[in-house]
Amino acid sequence: MSAPVLEVCALAFAYPDGQQALFDVSFAVTAGEAVGIIGSNGAGKSTLLLHLNGVHQAAQGHVVVNGQVVSRGNVQQVRRSVGMVFQDPDDQLFMPTVADDVAFGPSNMGLSTSEVASRVAQALDAVGAAHLAQRAPYRLSGGEKRAVALAGVLAMRPDVLVLDEPSAALDPLARRRLIHWLRELPHTRLIASHDLDLVQDVCSRVLVLREGRLVADGTPAAIFADAALLQRCHLEPPLRQQAKP
Amino acid sequence: MCNRDAALREIASLQDAAARDTPLGRLDPRAKILTVLGFAVVVVSFDRYAVTALLPLALFPLGLAAAGCIPLGVILRKVLIASPFALMVGLFNPWFDTQSVALAGGLHIGAGWLSLASIVIRFVLTVSATLLLVAGTGVVPLCHGLRALGVPPALTQQLLLLQRYTLVLTGEATRMQLAHALRGGALRGLPLAQWASLLGHLLLRALQRAQRVHQAMLSRGFAGALPVANSYGWHSCDTLFLLGCSAFFVLVRGVHLPQALGAVLLRVAA
Amino acid sequence: MHMADALFSPAVGATFWAASAVTLVAASRRLQSDQREDLVPLMGVLAAFVFTAQMINFTIPGTGSSGHIGGGLLLSILLGPHAAFIAIASVLTVQALFFADGGLLALGANMFNMGVCTCFVAYPLIYRPLMRHAGAKPSRQRVAWITTLATVLGLQLGALGVVVQTQLSGISSLPLGGFLLLMQPIHLAIGLVEGVATAALIVFVREARPDLFARDALPAQAAPQVRVPARWLAGFAALAVLTGGVMSWFASSHPDGLEWSIARVTGQANVADGGSRVHALLASLQAETALLPDYALPSASEPSRSEPEQPAWPTVEAGTSLAGIVGGVVTFALVLLVGLVVRRRQRLTLHVQP
Repeated sequence: MSAPVLEVCALAFAYPDGQQALFDVSFAVTAGEAVGIIGSNGAGKSTLLLHLNGVHQAAQGHVVVNGQVVSRGNVQQVRRSVGMVFQDPDDQLFMPTVADDVAFGPSNMGLSTSEVASRVAQALDAVGAAHLAQRAPYRLSGGEKRAVALAGVLAMRPDVLVLDEPSAALDPLARRRLIHWLRELPHTRLIASHDLDLVQDVCSRVLVLREGRLVADGTPAAIFADAALLQRCHLEPPLRQQAKP
Repeated sequence: MCNRDAALREIASLQDAAARDTPLGRLDPRAKILTVLGFAVVVVSFDRYAVTALLPLALFPLGLAAAGCIPLGVILRKVLIASPFALMVGLFNPWFDTQSVALAGGLHIGAGWLSLASIVIRFVLTVSATLLLVAGTGVVPLCHGLRALGVPPALTQQLLLLQRYTLVLTGEATRMQLAHALRGGALRGLPLAQWASLLGHLLLRALQRAQRVHQAMLSRGFAGALPVANSYGWHSCDTLFLLGCSAFFVLVRGVHLPQALGAVLLRVAA
Repeated sequence: MHMADALFSPAVGATFWAASAVTLVAASRRLQSDQREDLVPLMGVLAAFVFTAQMINFTIPGTGSSGHIGGGLLLSILLGPHAAFIAIASVLTVQALFFADGGLLALGANMFNMGVCTCFVAYPLIYRPLMRHAGAKPSRQRVAWITTLATVLGLQLGALGVVVQTQLSGISSLPLGGFLLLMQPIHLAIGLVEGVATAALIVFVREARPDLFARDALPAQAAPQVRVPARWLAGFAALAVLTGGVMSWFASSHPDGLEWSIARVTGQANVADGGSRVHALLASLQAETALLPDYALPSASEPSRSEPEQPAWPTVEAGTSLAGIVGGVVTFALVLLVGLVVRRRQRLTLHVQP
């Protein structure tokens, strides 16, 4: 078993107003794994994800990325290894044009202008958005925004990709395209999603959160077959499973 | 609501106009900014009673519109609906400035009317030049040009973010207002308590969005300043444009061209 | 109260641009040392909020009209004065560029009137000290009157700025006294309305997010704190309000009461002695400093003329001689012809609806 590329150890977190969001969460992810994180609204998925790249600092416990404990001192390095795609692309596409936005990450890494340009071109090609390079974000459709947001993270060449509700507000074709990309990408992937069918299609492992605690960790088949667990966590099986008599 | 949507469509249409590949669009934004600023300075440097002397300067906005393939009608319409404060202040001039000025042919006119006409012409010239600058350049190159000219990056970054998120927030505001109106509320001109509630929620959402944007920025390595984008190269055509226009402005400022033209015509006719 | 280029002289425009430019540079330098990490996106999104909010009107009861907030004070409270000034400057720039609301040359003066007066005077001298004096949990009424007072002061100063700039430029013939009597009362009314609305918004947000307002309760860390007794401030504010002039009727269906006020005035030609005294003062000041060598201030008693000393510059007579008129008409016709040609060519080559 190879060393885990990402490790979360006894992570706990409370918001400034005192509300506890995470209790003693622990798991490890190996290189190349595709892990789904599911749970009802308020279970703590997004909060957990924001710890993985140091946006939230752990109050208790710690997060280890590529063998290094995430702390305030090494966040910039961590953020090169762990790339995060946010739920609302409008939060992520804040530069005036698509090309500028995809270049944001590589520019912050201190790369040369030519290297940045080449990375931007590669990333946009990878998501099929090369023709959108000079477009302004407000002119993009939901699927296009999502693709550009992904490109912006891919351009940084992270080891780990973290995605928060990637299929939200996508039309069926865009969603199918997204599932295809997520399956093909070689990166370690953590995907928080309500779209259980996507999780079943893409992920080899599923973590279940309930009220800030990790209550299950197993294969999609095992998790989605456990009706009692799903019910306790205010979840349902994937739609395709529900159709079966 | 309709005004706002129309206003936002105007922004978008100006952006589209700027995105076209035109002779004006290819010029360095610094050259355009400096030239339009110089134009404004020359226009306002005329004395208050200059009327016909200002007319030749109209060729500059016309030239910009032609070089930028910008529809004149759009510009003129925007000039007409632009804030009329200057014109309204100018309307008092004939009232307070009653000095009589002799015109040719024994006619007299109050000097205040001359200065009012001057204000109107100045207004049309400066407003149209500003609009043409934006339409012929685009917000993004304009901000790059401003930064290259020394405007603090704090401001130019904010211009870009402001433009980006205004469209997002007005979309939210429109939806909230519509939802409110569909439940029997007013569409325009809300009572204060409802207005405060609507805008209060919009503000809270804006603050949450700002936090998420910040998290997204941090996640991609943001360290306090947005990256400087590619700069434009200054070419000889930019120098030519700047110097040529400046020479024209100086000429118009120094020589009363219409007067000279009139003198020539009268001599020819005589 | 956006000033337009057409009313400016180069000297006045440049002076106020210089003042605003210096303030911009100083504010951006201060921001670099600001501890708040999230200031860049916060400023951008809040500026967008203010821009949006200015397009949403509330009705003023008792009149048939509506108003909107300016946003300067709100931004100062949420961002601090330096960041707020830059945010306001960005809003004004977009308004000038896209909506022709204020000109490029006038932008500096507009930043001064609407940015400096709220962020660096009304907020630190009125709002912040009074709120600190009010304690950790002030009542709604207290927040309301403090906010209204600060808003009124900011607007009064801004309106005064407009008057001073117009007078110094000399393009308008409005006498100082008359203009003041026009601007100040209207903006007093606007300030009251805007202040009440801003207060309503602040009270709403304060209840949801009290953490945002904690900075006002704390003493300032880096900047030297302005220690001014509240009573003195209240007196100063009352004086500012009184010098605004006679209470007028409630403004306007217009968000900008300036247009309204000017449209309603039927020409009070009674330029009081007070007006010409101020004029004489300004004129003597100008003569001594030679601030505007080419322009004389218009005075009520004598008909005003532009400087005819330099024969090279056109005088009033030059444009009104026969040659001038003939030439003017011909030039106008030529310009019109060029415009029509350009328009026709555009119509032929583009499929754009004007």
